[in-house]
Amino acid sequence: MANPKRRHSQKRTSTRRAHDALSKHSLSECPNCHERKMPHRVCPQCGYYKGREVVEVEETS
Amino acid sequence: MRHKVAGWKLGRNTSHRRSLLRNLVTSLILEERIETTVPKAKAMRPQVEKMITLGKRGDLAARRRAAAYLMTSAAVDKLFDTISPRFGDREGGYLRIVRSGWQKGDGAEKAFIELLGSEKVQEEKRQKRAEVRAKRAEETKKAMEEAEAQANAEGGVTTESGDAKE
Repeated sequence: MANPKRRHSQKRTSTRRAHDALSKHSLSECPNCHERKMPHRVCPQCGYYKGREVVEVEETS
Repeated sequence: MRHKVAGWKLGRNTSHRRSLLRNLVTSLILEERIETTVPKAKAMRPQVEKMITLGKRGDLAARRRAAAYLMTSAAVDKLFDTISPRFGDREGGYLRIVRSGWQKGDGAEKAFIELLGSEKVQEEKRQKRAEVRAKRAEETKKAMEEAEAQANAEGGVTTESGDAKE
C-alpha cells in the first residue's frame, strides 16, 4: 500500500487552504426600508419586493 | 446539441414527479399563489401555462384535457371560468416567481409562484387571514383573563405564578 513518506506539516495544510476562503455575498439596499437585503429576493425585514408588499412580516412587539 | 435542456427531475421517478406537478398546478389554480421551492416553481411553470392555454381555447375537448391533468373538477371550473379569461390579451408569461428566502432544515431556496393579476384575490385573502387572527387573539385573551380570574378566586400560590407569566 502506498503511504506518505514524510510528515505533512501544518504549514503545508494552511498554505493549501490559503485560497479556500469563502467570499461574502453581495447585499443590496431595500428601496422600501433601506435595510440591506439579498438582491432579487423579497426583503426579509419589510416583505417588499419591486415596490409592493409580497409577504407579511410579523412585527416583533 | 440539446445539452442541459432536459428540465427538472426533482429527484423523483416519473410517476412521482407527474403527481407532484399535477398537485402543484391544481393548488396554484385554486389558491392563485403558493409557496414552494424554486426548482419546483420553475418545473411547474410550463404545465400551468399549458393549462391556461387550454382554458383560453375553452371548448369541450380542451376542458376534458384539462380535467385529465388537474386533480379536482373545481380547479377545472375555476381555470375555464375565471382565470383564463383574465389572460385574453397575453401570450404566455402568466406567472410570477418571487424568491423569498431559505427553508429551515435543508436550506432549500423558497419562492412564491403566483398568477399575474391575482393581487386583488391576495388582498382579500390577507384581510380574511387578519380577521381570523384578530378573532383568535381575542379568544385567547378572553380565555387568559378567565383563567386569571379563576386563579385569583382560588388565591394563594397560583396567583404568583400567573403574575410571573405576564
